[in-house]
Amino acid sequence: MTITENKPTNIIGTRLLRREDPPLLTGEAKFTNDLSIPGALHLSVLRSPYAHAKIKSINVSAALKIAGVVAVYTGKDLQTAWAAPMPCAWPVTPDMKNPPHFPLAIDKVNYVGDGVAAVLATNETASRDALDAIDVEYEPLQAVVDLEDALSDKNVIHKDLGTNKSYTWPLLVEETPGCVEEAFKKAKYKIKERYVQQRLIPMAMEPRAIAAVPQPFGGDITLYSSTQIPHILKVMTALTLGIPEQQVRVVAPSVGGGFGSKLDVYAEELLCMALARKHSAPVRWVEERTENTQATIQGRGQIQHVELAADENGKITAVRVRIIGDMGAYLQLVTPGVPLLGAFLYAGVYDIPKAYDFSCTSVFTNLTPTDAYRGAGRPEATYAIEMAIEALAREMKIDSFELRKRNYIKKEQFPYTAFSGLTYDSGDHLLAAEKAATMTDLAGVRAQQKKQNVPGATKLLGVGMSSYFEMCGLAPSRVLASLNYSAGGWEAATVRVLPTNKVQVITGTSPHGQGHETSWAMIASEKLGVAPEDVDVLHSDTAISALGLDTYGSRSLPVGGVAIALACDKVIEKAKLIAAHQLECAAEDLQFVGGTFSVKGSPDRALPLAAIAFGAFTAHNLPEGCEPNLEAQVSYDPPNFSWPFGTHMCVVEVDTETGAVKILKYIAVDDCGNQINPLIVEGQVHGGVVQGIAQALFEEAVYDSDGNLKSSNLSEYLVPAASDVPAITTGHTITPSPTNQLGVKGVGEAGTIGAAPTVMTAIIDALSSLGVTSMAMPASPQTVWKTIQEATRGGKK
Amino acid sequence: MIAYRGKRSALALNQIWGLKMKVSITVNGTEHHGDVEPRTLLVHYIREVIGLTGTNVGCDTSSCGACTIHMNGEAVKSCTILAVQADGASVTTIEGLARDGVMHPMQTAFMENHGLQCGYCTPGMVMAAVGLLNENPKPTEEEVRMGLEGNLCRCTGYHNIVKSVLAAASAK
Repeated sequence: MTITENKPTNIIGTRLLRREDPPLLTGEAKFTNDLSIPGALHLSVLRSPYAHAKIKSINVSAALKIAGVVAVYTGKDLQTAWAAPMPCAWPVTPDMKNPPHFPLAIDKVNYVGDGVAAVLATNETASRDALDAIDVEYEPLQAVVDLEDALSDKNVIHKDLGTNKSYTWPLLVEETPGCVEEAFKKAKYKIKERYVQQRLIPMAMEPRAIAAVPQPFGGDITLYSSTQIPHILKVMTALTLGIPEQQVRVVAPSVGGGFGSKLDVYAEELLCMALARKHSAPVRWVEERTENTQATIQGRGQIQHVELAADENGKITAVRVRIIGDMGAYLQLVTPGVPLLGAFLYAGVYDIPKAYDFSCTSVFTNLTPTDAYRGAGRPEATYAIEMAIEALAREMKIDSFELRKRNYIKKEQFPYTAFSGLTYDSGDHLLAAEKAATMTDLAGVRAQQKKQNVPGATKLLGVGMSSYFEMCGLAPSRVLASLNYSAGGWEAATVRVLPTNKVQVITGTSPHGQGHETSWAMIASEKLGVAPEDVDVLHSDTAISALGLDTYGSRSLPVGGVAIALACDKVIEKAKLIAAHQLECAAEDLQFVGGTFSVKGSPDRALPLAAIAFGAFTAHNLPEGCEPNLEAQVSYDPPNFSWPFGTHMCVVEVDTETGAVKILKYIAVDDCGNQINPLIVEGQVHGGVVQGIAQALFEEAVYDSDGNLKSSNLSEYLVPAASDVPAITTGHTITPSPTNQLGVKGVGEAGTIGAAPTVMTAIIDALSSLGVTSMAMPASPQTVWKTIQEATRGGKK
Repeated sequence: MIAYRGKRSALALNQIWGLKMKVSITVNGTEHHGDVEPRTLLVHYIREVIGLTGTNVGCDTSSCGACTIHMNGEAVKSCTILAVQADGASVTTIEGLARDGVMHPMQTAFMENHGLQCGYCTPGMVMAAVGLLNENPKPTEEEVRMGLEGNLCRCTGYHNIVKSVLAAASAK
């Protein structure tokens, strides 16, 4: 047997091309709906056309007559199929109201898209045809669509709860009792702003798809799902269906994007599993885009009231925040927790005293449930504080960048204990901001703006910025416990050196576009001194990767990647004992460099990892008590969140005659600590930024007053195309995180967090000479034009 | 033309839909003969009858372009065409782009420039990009952005897609 010689590698930080790409580029990759499953029955779900209605009767007899239709079930038929209602894992307060939620509505529908009946047929066409043949008699009820209307309880959706309020979650941090109120009394400057975070549709390009494959005699069932969370799904489906957990296997094949929308336990997953067991046949389902907009979770949906108090220098002395959160019709997996994830970030990157008063009241509406969407709570918070800083600067009549500089947490203050008690690991906000300003040529743009924005000009130039912090890398389990989250925030990794010195990394993260296979191989390669192509990364199948908490919240690298590094350390530790035994020296006399153990001071006494791996496999000559094989498993609970940060700037030109906004330049300076693969980091930033731009300019789940979704497909919901968005100039600073050995922070959500306020502050800046001080999102041409008209008319009064 | 009259006509329509028509379509150089329902979309024929699943479906309004293929040398959305309309046509799907195990220069350019993340829009995006360069071999950045506006991507922000297409163009 040839044993490859280890070569020293220095792979971390290089722009290694992604190993994921060839199968995806050639059509070889298999997404869930690409799987060929003989004998599968197709599920289709009849959905409510009403936002709020009683189900008077359902007649399925015509549907049953359609050729190919095997069965039709209503919510009542399946009432006994569930061991528990659909799960919400985040009861944020002990008295949180959570209405029972089942995969099919039983006697009342609560949003357009709520499941009413399920059809099983031998082919997809028949199952969809049958939906048209089901007769449902509804008694429409008044829909609750508006958040403030919901809060009034004039019309209560879930009668048994007696209210539309799900919970109120306060976070009051005061150095001395009453100091917030006092700060506002004493403040030289005060601002009070109201912002609306419109509902967004995550719109992963791959609609959800599911296949449940039972093995009737063994009782086992495999769920293939386009999900971000195979591990969580396994636990939750077992509990909801009452199946012993060890009998459930969940596999996420290639997954075509998630952005939080596949971080959930969905009705269709439970229906496929329940019906597959009932019929002893595989059951599959694929979502149509129109279903996706209605029956997959939406994001954002908040009304924010923000108040800042500041002294004569503009130093912020207190922050007060009141939020109304839109939960939609039911609580999905982490719906109520989303506003809490933002709760700690309404002070942004600024050094504020312990004078912070936050409260969020969340309400039910007759709309699609909301849940985590890229950034989840943190883009909302960042938007609010950054827009509020601009408002404060206007109030003080000073430059907003100058105001930010006066308030930034300074480099030397890190690690910084925030008002909340959380510790910000590392940062240098001024450095990132100044770099962004240089890259933007801020002085030059300002000079151009002076020339261009003269009275009567119709093309106005504006510069916007936002400095952000992201609390990510979810999360230290104890902190999650303090927030009443039902699970932990650790991640698991196994690293196994095979007899031929090839390496298997098994991770609990579950990628859907992030390139984990490439990045995780790079980490193991660097640690173990093997070539990256000799590292295989296995994931997203609970039969292979038994432990894990999956991918969301920019956690995969700072938690899952670090777990891999730690597992490599454990492997090296064990290998060292074997090397010491075989080289007849003390373990502490050995050094491990470039994949080879050698005795310090006598480099010729050396053993490559390859020899040890083979030796651990043969087990012929191992130290006393040493187990054969070279592998290690780690469950890593991070000691802290990771706190990436940065400053984004952009330059826009607003056409005052048409309201059109054109982004001329977009600069993103992000600091996510050490970068494993800068190519992938940049890609994450690009994509995130465009999702943020999309919130600012294009996207909104528009509902009419009856709760009908008016933007229910991709020709009505404006996901930007290449021609709608600018090239993005990325820069970065590197401030390693001191809390993990790789010095890394998450980056998946950063772009989205930075972008929306950057664009909106730019638009307002462009229009400031017209008296515009606020602008609703999305800043569509119509909205911009109307806002200009209102401001200029108001000015002429 | 079949008029659709809502729920009550579903059964009758289903019987009409049961009719099959003969088609002969060359896909990636291989001629396929089959019977299809007149309402079968080309994308469903490619995926479900031929069994080539690289062509993806991302919407129901012909907006996303994930299903873009080449028909008689032209990039088209295969969800906008009925299989019967493709009778006699020559179709290339993403699976037919690489030759003898070597990726097409456009595929290589996407890989080298990180022009894909989740990869779901990618087959359609690549086919559209190849079609774009067939029509305009040396496009400007603006022309690439305009030329790809029928293909949506949710991951990349398009930056690296545009870069990939420009790289493929300059490598020609």
